Amino acid sequence: MSDTGFFHGSPRPALKTLRLATLMASALAVAGCSNPGVKPWERDLLADPDMQLTVSGVDAGLDDHIYFSKEASSGGRGFGGGGCGCN
Amino acid sequence: MQLKNCDKCKSKPVGRALAAATCALLGVQASDSLANGQPGEWDVETALLVYSETDDRVQAAEPVISATRNFDGERKLNLKLVADTLTGASPSGATPSTLPQTYTSPSGNGNYDVAPGDAPLDDTFKDTRVAVSANWEAPINRDYAYSVGAYGSREYDYMSTAVNASLSRYLDNKNTTLTGGLSLGIDLVDPVGGAPVGLSRMPIDNNKSQAGFDQEFSATRQSDDTKTVVDALFGVTQVINRQTLMQFTYGISYSSGYLTDPYKILSVIDDTSGANYGGNLIGADGNSVYVYEQRPDTRLKHSLYWQTKYMLDNGDIMDGSYRFMIDDWGITSHTLDLKYRWRMGKSYLEPHFRYYLQSEADFYKRYLTGSEYNSGARALTEASADYRLGDMTGLTFGAKWGYRFDNDRELAIRAEYLLQTNDGDQGFGSLAGQDLYPDTSAAWVQLSYSF
Repeated sequence: MSDTGFFHGSPRPALKTLRLATLMASALAVAGCSNPGVKPWERDLLADPDMQLTVSGVDAGLDDHIYFSKEASSGGRGFGGGGCGCN
Repeated sequence: MQLKNCDKCKSKPVGRALAAATCALLGVQASDSLANGQPGEWDVETALLVYSETDDRVQAAEPVISATRNFDGERKLNLKLVADTLTGASPSGATPSTLPQTYTSPSGNGNYDVAPGDAPLDDTFKDTRVAVSANWEAPINRDYAYSVGAYGSREYDYMSTAVNASLSRYLDNKNTTLTGGLSLGIDLVDPVGGAPVGLSRMPIDNNKSQAGFDQEFSATRQSDDTKTVVDALFGVTQVINRQTLMQFTYGISYSSGYLTDPYKILSVIDDTSGANYGGNLIGADGNSVYVYEQRPDTRLKHSLYWQTKYMLDNGDIMDGSYRFMIDDWGITSHTLDLKYRWRMGKSYLEPHFRYYLQSEADFYKRYLTGSEYNSGARALTEASADYRLGDMTGLTFGAKWGYRFDNDRELAIRAEYLLQTNDGDQGFGSLAGQDLYPDTSAAWVQLSYSF
């Protein structure tokens, strides 16, 4: 298989998990999007601070910096950043 | 009456939650993490991170303070300061060998040795980084909001600056938020000893006069260089139902300039038959041949990111995200991140799992052969043995425990463990007996206090 392919060699068990997660996510998206949204008085749970997409900006920032310096990928959730030599 | 009350009391926090989501979408770290943002107050989040890699590799301590001033619940200024102290060793990219190896330190003022069979690590690695950022966000009118931000960081050999801006459009009673953002970064790279000329041979002072070595060293150097990064993001945040919030983001990033790591090298391996088959190629000066790495001077990345938060009936919260990244260096990656927040009165426990899979860059090579090196007349224009550009799998296991004293104050401790494994070309001859892809493991602990 080409080195530039998505995966190398035979699929690993973790990939099955990944595919399953993607499938579940799609199912959730389809089910949820059939009539998405809530009325203003239905926002009680969404207003919970733990329901913010990024609960702790500091945690996310520290982890993003670690992974930025240890992997070839960055960003996604936000801008890819840079800001370090990260040898 | 109940509905009216609820409308009044809940709609603002949701607006804040969405604004924070938008904020996160744009890489501006949401700072009102406790949503305690009362107008006229500062919300402060502090943390200390201690990071440690095994085998005497990178050790770091990183204090952070993030403060958000809420002007009227919707207009906010966030200021953030991060400091970083790093010591330890970093893999140089060279291969282990059956013989002792000597490398020149990046400054050219000395060398370091690696014992037979040991992973070549550059232990001259030491740095201190300070980063500051500021972000302002505010509504334009009922349907639009904007944010602007600036970032700057400085370390001994690297300086980075960036500005960003975003515009959000609320639709369907704020059930949908569309966001577009742009970031422009300019970095200045000023490596210790000067940036090496890509793929030039590392000079080694054994068997040479100081003047001869100095001349050879300066011939491999070029002046400092710059790197520019332009990022654009387009995102949709959607309230799915009373318990579910979802976000999709497409990001594109274009980097140009000096994208090489000035401290990484490649071993040149002897591929002529004989006693040294698979050993380090020995140059005319009697020293092993190593070359400095060279990466392309542009990189275009695309990423797709999807995140969902779901509150269970018992109040626990699931947080799942997936990111797909592909670039024109030939790298693709998949990142799956799962958290489950188990809420118990004033405290919570949140286990965390992350899975990362990456394919190697087109120019990734664990080593060069003598034929490829061709006595310095290389046919290659780019090559890097940096393990971070190779085939990689990463697994992270972690957990966070937090205690909320009240709506404003929270104490939390978090621990994470990362294991990275690499795979690839196993070498030939005597090289095949070496461990070319040692695992990398790292652990970090973070103590946080918000008030």
